[in-house]
Parts: sequence; C-alpha cells; structure tokens
Amino acid sequence: MKDWRYWLAEQRGTLLAFGIFIVMFAIYSGNHPAGFTANVVQTAANKGVLLAFVAMAQTLVVITAGIDLSVGMIFTLTNCMASWLVIGTGLETAFGVLAVLGTGLICGAVNGAIVIYGRLQPIVATIATGAVFFGLALLLRPVPGGSVKEDLADFLTGRFFGVVPASLVALLVVVLVVWVPFSRSEFGRAAYAAGSSETAAYMSGVPIRRGKFLAYTLAGLLAAIGGLFLTFFTYTGEAAYASGNAYTLFSIAAVVLGGVSLFGGKGSAIGAIFGALAFRTIGDLLFVFDFDPLWQPLFQGVILLIAVSLGAFALFRVRNRLEWFL
Amino acid sequence: MDGAAPLFRMEGISKRYGGVRALEKADLTVTAGGIHAILGENGAGKSTLIKIMAGVVAPDEGTMTLDGREVSFASPAAANQAGIVCIFQELSLIPELSVADNIVISDPPKRFGMIDRKAQRRIAEEALARAGASDIHPCALVKDLPLSRRQMVEIAKALARKPRILILDEATSALTAADVAKVFEVLKRLRSEGLALLYISHRMNEIAELADHCTVFRNGRNVASYPAGSKSDNEVVELMIGREYSHIFPPKPGPTAAAATVLEARNLSWADRLDNISLSVRAGEVVGLGGLDGQGQRELLLAFFGVLRGLSGEILIDGKPVSIASPTAASHGRIGMALIPEDRKTEGLMLPMTVRENLSFAALDRLSKGGIIDRAAEQRLIDDMVGLLAIKTAGLDIPVGALSGGNQQKVVIAKWLMRQPRIILLNDPTRGIDVGTKQEIYQLMRKLADAGAAILFYSTDYDELIGCCDRVLVLYDGGVKRELVGAEITEHALIASALNIHGEGAGPRQGVGA
Amino acid sequence: MSETTLGGIAGRMPKFLRRADPAVVTAFACIVILLLLGSLYSRSFLSPEYLLQQLKVASFLGVIATGMMLVILLGQIDLSVPWSVATGAMMACAAAAYGSAGVALAIPFGVLCGVAIGLVNGVGVAYLRIPSMIITLATNAVAQGLMVVYTGGFSPQDSATAAMRYLATGFTIPGVPNAVIIWALIGAAMVFVLTRTSFGRAVYGIGNRERAAYLSGIDTRRIVLIAFAVSGGLSAFGGVLLAGYASKAAQSMGDAYLLPSIAAVVLGGTSILGGRGSYLGTVAGVILITLLQSILSVMQMPEAGRQIIYGVVIVAMLLLYGRAPASR
Repeated sequence: MKDWRYWLAEQRGTLLAFGIFIVMFAIYSGNHPAGFTANVVQTAANKGVLLAFVAMAQTLVVITAGIDLSVGMIFTLTNCMASWLVIGTGLETAFGVLAVLGTGLICGAVNGAIVIYGRLQPIVATIATGAVFFGLALLLRPVPGGSVKEDLADFLTGRFFGVVPASLVALLVVVLVVWVPFSRSEFGRAAYAAGSSETAAYMSGVPIRRGKFLAYTLAGLLAAIGGLFLTFFTYTGEAAYASGNAYTLFSIAAVVLGGVSLFGGKGSAIGAIFGALAFRTIGDLLFVFDFDPLWQPLFQGVILLIAVSLGAFALFRVRNRLEWFL
Repeated sequence: MDGAAPLFRMEGISKRYGGVRALEKADLTVTAGGIHAILGENGAGKSTLIKIMAGVVAPDEGTMTLDGREVSFASPAAANQAGIVCIFQELSLIPELSVADNIVISDPPKRFGMIDRKAQRRIAEEALARAGASDIHPCALVKDLPLSRRQMVEIAKALARKPRILILDEATSALTAADVAKVFEVLKRLRSEGLALLYISHRMNEIAELADHCTVFRNGRNVASYPAGSKSDNEVVELMIGREYSHIFPPKPGPTAAAATVLEARNLSWADRLDNISLSVRAGEVVGLGGLDGQGQRELLLAFFGVLRGLSGEILIDGKPVSIASPTAASHGRIGMALIPEDRKTEGLMLPMTVRENLSFAALDRLSKGGIIDRAAEQRLIDDMVGLLAIKTAGLDIPVGALSGGNQQKVVIAKWLMRQPRIILLNDPTRGIDVGTKQEIYQLMRKLADAGAAILFYSTDYDELIGCCDRVLVLYDGGVKRELVGAEITEHALIASALNIHGEGAGPRQGVGA
Repeated sequence: MSETTLGGIAGRMPKFLRRADPAVVTAFACIVILLLLGSLYSRSFLSPEYLLQQLKVASFLGVIATGMMLVILLGQIDLSVPWSVATGAMMACAAAAYGSAGVALAIPFGVLCGVAIGLVNGVGVAYLRIPSMIITLATNAVAQGLMVVYTGGFSPQDSATAAMRYLATGFTIPGVPNAVIIWALIGAAMVFVLTRTSFGRAVYGIGNRERAAYLSGIDTRRIVLIAFAVSGGLSAFGGVLLAGYASKAAQSMGDAYLLPSIAAVVLGGTSILGGRGSYLGTVAGVILITLLQSILSVMQMPEAGRQIIYGVVIVAMLLLYGRAPASR
C-alpha cells in the first residue's frame, strides 16, 4: 500500500526534473513560432539528447562521490574519431561505431584506473586526462572536417513513423542497455554505497573499487555515445576546446538539476537526462522570447550557480559544527 | 560449562596497542543456545576482545577454536563466513540506500546477473520480522530513520547473515524502551533456536533480565565467570574494581575559601545527547566528569567551547550569561577558554606541521603585530612552554607527528597554555600515553588550578578522577546523575553511579530519543 | 645522470634549500635537464636573451599560479581562473575608455573585478560549504556570461593603457623586464605572507586539518574567503598584464592558464590535498611548464602534441608524489 510513497520519495529528484522539463518545454513550444509540431520536438530532442548522454556519463561518476571533468573532452575526441571511422560500407561503419565506443570505454577506464588505483584526486586527474583526450582529438582533426555515413546519421536523427524522434528512441535504448543493468547490478550498488559512505561500505564488505571502476568506465562509454550522435547531427568532426568544456560544465548543471547529489550516493541517470533536457530548454527559452542570444551564456551560468547553491541548505540543519569538516 | 560442548573458545589472547596492554592472556568460552554477558569498566578489554572475535583486529598471541577446530580471521568478512557476526556501536549502514538494500548489502540475491529486487525484498522482510521490527518499511531510506530504528536495521542485517554467534556491543544504547523489549524477545528466541549470543552492556538490569552467564573483565583479563543472578549488583561492582594503582597523584589542597565561580551551566540541553545539565566550576578547582564512555561528556565540553548549535539553557562566565558561537569566541578575549580535544591526531594537531607551528597555532593573534608574527616573542614563549612541560623533541622544526604520543599530547596542552587560559576543558587527555607523561599531566593540572584556572576534566580512567579531582559529576544518558565531593570519590561510588545502580537504585531505565 | 645533478644542486645550496622538498629539487632538476636537452637542439637555449624572454613569459603564469597556490594550500581549487583572467583584462581595458580617471583606475578596477569573483567563490566555499570545484566552475560560467554580454561576443576594441603596457613589456631596470620584477615582488610578498604571518600559518593549518584549525580558535571561514579573493585578484592581475602584453584583451585569453597554473603548483610539490608546499616549488613549476611549452613550440610541436604531453607529464608527476595515502 505505502510502497508507492517510498518510490515517490526515492524518485523525487527525478520527478522534479521531469516536472521542470515539462513546464519549460510547454512554455517553449507554446511560444515557438511553429508551435508544438513534430519538427520542433525533433529539433529540441536532437539538441537535448547530446547533453543527456554526457549528463548520464557525469551521473555515473558523481554517484561515486567523484567528478569527471574530462567527459566533454571524451565527447569531443569520439566526435573527431567518428568523423573518420563511421563511414563506408555497412560493415566498415559497424566497425567504426564499435571502435568509437571502445575508445570511450578505454578513456573512461584510464580515468578510473588513475583515480582508483593511482589514488589521485578526481578533479586534477580528469583535468589532466581531459587535456590528453583533447590533444588526441586535435591530432585527429586539426581543422574541422570529415564526414559520416549519412543514411545512418539521417536514420538516427530523423523520425520514426513521422512523429517519434529517433534520437529519443536511441536514448531510451541506451538507458535500458547501460543504465538499468548497471544500477541494478551488485557493482552499481557498490558505486552508490561507496559514494554514500565509503567507511560503511568497506565495513559491509562491498566491492568498492570494482564498482567505482565500472562507473568511470561506463561514463566513458556514454560520453562516446554522445560524441557519436554529435557526429550524426553535424556530419563532421571538430576539436573545439570551448564546446568540450561547455559540455563538461553543462553536464554538472544537468546532474544537479536532475537531483543527483554532488556528495555522492544519491540520484539517477534518468533524473540527469531530464535535468539535461530541462537545461537545454531553459537555454532555448531566451530564444523564443526574442532575447539577444548573447545573454544565453550568462543565463546558463546563473542557473548553474543557483543549482549548486541549493545543496547548501542542508548546512543549516547541521547542529554540531565539527560536521562541517568531515 | 553446563556440560554442553563449547561452540567457541578463546584461550590466552593478548593484544597490545603500542606500549599499552589491552588484553593479557584472556580466556572466553561461548556455548550454543546461551546468552553470555560481558562486563567491565572502560578500558577493561571488552571492545578489543570482540574486535578480535569479529576479525577486525588480529591478536598478538592466543588461540581461537570454533567447533573444536582452530580458526583465525583475516577480515570481518572471514569471521562472517564462519558464522560470527558483530553488531558494532558505530553503525555500518549506508545512509542513502534503502533498508532492504542495506540488509542484503554484502551478498545480494541475483538473477541474470542483476540484483533480484523481489528476492531482496523478501529476505529483508524476513530479517526485519525476525528482528521484531516489521514496522520498518524495507523501501525506506536509512538516512530517514531515527537512530533507534537504524539500530534495529543493524540487527536485522546481522540476522540476515545467518549467524551462529551474534555479538551485540552496546547494541541497545540507542534504543527506546519499547524497542529494547522487542529486541530482548528476539534474543531469547534466537537463544532457543540454538544461537550463541554475546551481550555487552553497561545496563545491569538488562543483563539481569537476559544473560545466562556473565564474565567480568578487568585490566585486560577475565577475572570472574559466574551464572547470571548468582551475584548481587554490589558484588559485581566489587569485581570490576581493583585496577592496578600505578599512579602517584599530587596532593589536593583540600577545601579552600570559596573562590569565585568562573564557569557555570544552567539547564543545558542539546539534541538528545545533553539533558538539562547544570554545573559550576570555581577558580582553582578541578572538576571531573565521570561515567561510562559516551554519556554526553564530550558533547558537554563541545557545548562550552562554542561548537554545538541549537543549545538550550544558559552558559555563564564570571556569573554573566554569554553566548559562545565558535571556538574563536570561546578562546579569545574575556572568556579565555581552552579545549584539549578528544583526538589529538585529528583535532589537536596538524601532524605534518612542525612542533613550532603547532605550538603557536592557537596563540597566533597574541604572537603577531598587524598579522606579522613576532618571531622573537614566539621563540621566547615556545621556549618557556617546552621547558614548563618538558617536551622531548629533537628540535622545534621537525613534524609534530614524529614525536611520541605523550609528547604530542604535551604539545596540544602547551599550545593552549600559550594563551594562558582561565578555563581549561580536558577531554580524556591521558588516553593512549605512557605512565610517566600521565603523571606530569596530573602535576601540571594541579599547578594550573593552584594558579587560579578553572578546570573541567573528563576522563575514562576512574583512577584519575579519584586522584585529581576536587569534585566529580557522573553523567548517564546525557544528564548529571550524581555529584561526588572530596572523600566520596571512590572507585565503588564512581562505577556504581556510572552504571546508575546506586542511590535511586536500579530504577526504570531511561529511554533515549523515544 | 640526474642523480649527480640532484646531488650537485643539493650540495651547493644554502641550508634552507637543503631541507627542501624532494619534489622541489626534482622540479629544478627537470628544468636543468630541459635546458640541456634544448641546448642540444639549438645553442641559443642557454643565451641570456632567451632565458630572460622565458622568465618574462613565465611571469604571467607565475602571477596567476601564486593565487592558485594559496587556494590549493587550503585543500581547495580555483577553476574560475580562465574567466577571472579574461574579466580582469577586459574590465581594465574597458575602464581605460572612460577618460583620464578611467585610465588611472584601469588596473585597480580590473583587479577588483577579479577579487569580486573570488569573493563569490569564497562565500560559496567557506560559508555555504559548496565544493570549491563546483562553485568555481559556476562562477567561471557566470563571469564568462557577463563578459560575453558586455563585449557582444567579439574581442573588445578597447586597448590597454600605457601603464598596463609598461608593466607587461617595459624595462625599469635595464635588461630586466618589468613583468619579471612584478612577479618577483608578488612572489616575495607571498613568501612573506606564507612564512611570517599568522594568515600564512592559518592557511597551512587549514590545509592540513581544518577541524584542528577550527578547534584552535582560528576563524577558518574568514581565511578561506580571503584566500579565494586573493586568488581571484591575482588571476585578474595576470589578465591585466596579459592585456598589456598583447595591447588588448581577447575572448578566451584565460583558457590557456587553468591547467598550467594547477600543474605548476602541483609539479612544484604542493600537495593537491592541501597543507604542504613551498613557494619555491611553485616558482620551479612555473618555469618548468614555461620551458616545456617553449621547447615544444621551438620544436614546432603542434597544439595537439602539447596538450597530450602536458596531460601525461602531469599525471605521471602526480603518480610519483601526489598520491593520497593508501586507504586502510
């Protein structure tokens, strides 16, 4: 009887993000010159899905109480890679896709190995690996260019049955294939446990290291899926430093909006997806209200600042000031 | 014992931490289908004993046999595997996970490689029911549960591991009276199912109700074993007494003309840890805080030092109410308070920093002009302190972490004396340090009191309270239960009032956080 | 070979250096090795002109890394460096457009804008206890947004004042660029603050064990706030100098300073967990990074290779001496 209430409490962050997204999207499509049409939805989906993949990647790492400041660069690197490899015959294309995804996995695994087994702080380690990933991207694409298998790209960025955006379906498939098994596996639980209380997790005999390592590795994979889709949308590869950094930054904002705690142990990638979609829509709202697009970075920055400050309210419940320093 | 073959036996177990002896050739025998109580005052070796049983620490010598076969445990997991499960005082639950997740955490049921949520739910419900806590919803998050409910989840988690020997270390201290009754029913049922239970508690009435057999520990040794109910409370207290007196204490000046009250608390309460505490300390007086560990003594000292938020009641300095919002406020200016904290390694010192930097750290404002440190003044004061406390160090510019425990503690005390505090709060300052340094600290404390300081001294060592204090306040469940003055401060009185069995007798136990 | 280099240096150095952190010695040894390698490539690597030129380039990074070091010593990090630098540069140039008063106040105004960013960071970290990594990323985004709105997304047309150009490129003492003198002054001030003042002691104390510092009666929150404000101010001042160097500000002029400033501090032996490190090490780190950049560019290494070498060198050095202690 009461089960649904616990479920509701657990999903509160996700549902809130969902709610914000619905409201924002309603305002957006209501004021869009074209209105709520399949076209508007498709365009919005294609833009939102990119950030959604990167935000999912960030979620996995944030759950372990870490952070991955290289997700945007993995995203950029795999974009550049796909612009070389995902082309040619069907078989070649398939190998190209596998190679791109494999690269993402390796990038994530490198991050995980350095942080967990090398015992470096995630911030510095992932800033440094991010530089390496960006360097590799630049090596692949010193100037923007390349191409991608266009039928595959058009198929995955078009619409199914004329209404359903294919990119949303792809997102759903990734959730079902990557996120759901992870979150329900012993290692996924270990990742949550380690993020929530590493000491308690250790005392309970949880496989902390393997759980965290898997989280970092899958984060690389998800960022690579994002990079692949970026190539499908743009047909090219570009090693853009600013764009990679922006995706890292926005992924953190999306994660926070999606109810994932930056202190670890709490939240879901589903929430982060809605956080990402909501964040994108908020950015586009300025556009439909005829604001100068120049204001968009400021607007997004302020949203980020507010989102990260919200977590501070828990502070006022602390009654023993020594707990500030844990 | 009782003819039954022992399930588990420990023989000749010894354990030392550094130079401190925690256990010395201790023996323990546990039989299936019985509840075995372990008694002893602070530091008698109870905790070390169960940590060894549960695989948390390894013994230096001695043997353990389970079912007649010799065993040794490399980790808590290995002990669990052998069927020994311990419910520790510090909770091992993961706050952001649900009750069911926590109960199956070490070995979740799996289907197709994923956690089988239905099976998990079933296991959790069974375990909760066995623990008598079926009112806890398996989907609730642990962090949303009050402390008493969390403790019940701990018990359920332990039961889900299907233990043969279950160790409960003060497992009821956070429970409400109603929960305790339920837990007792569960424990009795488990006994009838053939489990061996090891029960550590300081609540004499609980032991009387529950235990079949009791063992008393003293000074790291088991000194007596007897069937429950065969000894009176007073006889038990006598058994627990008898520490080796190895300290020489400075003479107490005896009652002097009443000096002014410097530090006073009126009806101080905080969360469910401090309960309506009133006390006063006069200049030149050493007031002890006694009682079993964890009865609110630490919180009381932190409350005075401005660390706790949401205090109710009043703190008065020199008879005037003050509100102290931070350690800065407590130590600076007119108040002049100092706190020698509980853990010198994390709260008292910055171990990698030098002796010099640590010594002057609390007095930087006094040693500097316009923010610039007056190095000559610093050197003078540090030399004074190193001389006064006879700190043995190879130099002032080596990391303080390189000093011995006793000298580290001297640095902690010295860094506060550099401010010449009027009120000194000490939180178990002699824990884990050598006898020689302990005696120096006793001398110093008396010297400071004679010079007019008001001293509030918490110690887990009753011997020290007897030897050093003019008065002792005994805390129990966050409240002052008894005040002992002068000749009243005896080991018997301290232990009896710490167990709350004297005076008002073994009255109804007080529920905490009900 | 590096053994002898190390031994030689340690032997010749005065007493206070002999006690130095092995990381600092390693960093200096790496500088010597880099110079030797460079001189194999081209004779001019050991010429005074080249070395002074490198010091001048290093001084911009040096000023920025000084602020970063203060924050890292606390066990925090400042990721708002890129747009603190750009904001300082742009606001100083912007002020210059407002008559003679504007010209006079250009430099302090630019620095103050950086201090403001730092204050927001400090309030977030010290009083709201938001992880520094997060709040500084957010303020970086806000600063970027403000600058984009202000400049319209283009490189601003205002140019640097004569004073800014003089500080960055002029010579007060013949042969020694002003930028180097400024870095030396700021560095000396930082050394003084860290070693001789109660503020410096408190910074190290908080970095080692904030809990113990708090219980010692230190107002830890005020110290953290000040440190972030100083870091923001120094980043902005670095931006002012850079604007003077290039005669004007540019949109993403600060991006190239985030990773190098962190790397310089960490490679110089300052613990990323806080509480340990000397300014001498940061100096070594700054010079090391600058030389590395210079040699890579002389060898015509493309940007891609530079980024990769950077990242790898930093991870490798951190793995050598920046690891957290093994848990349990």
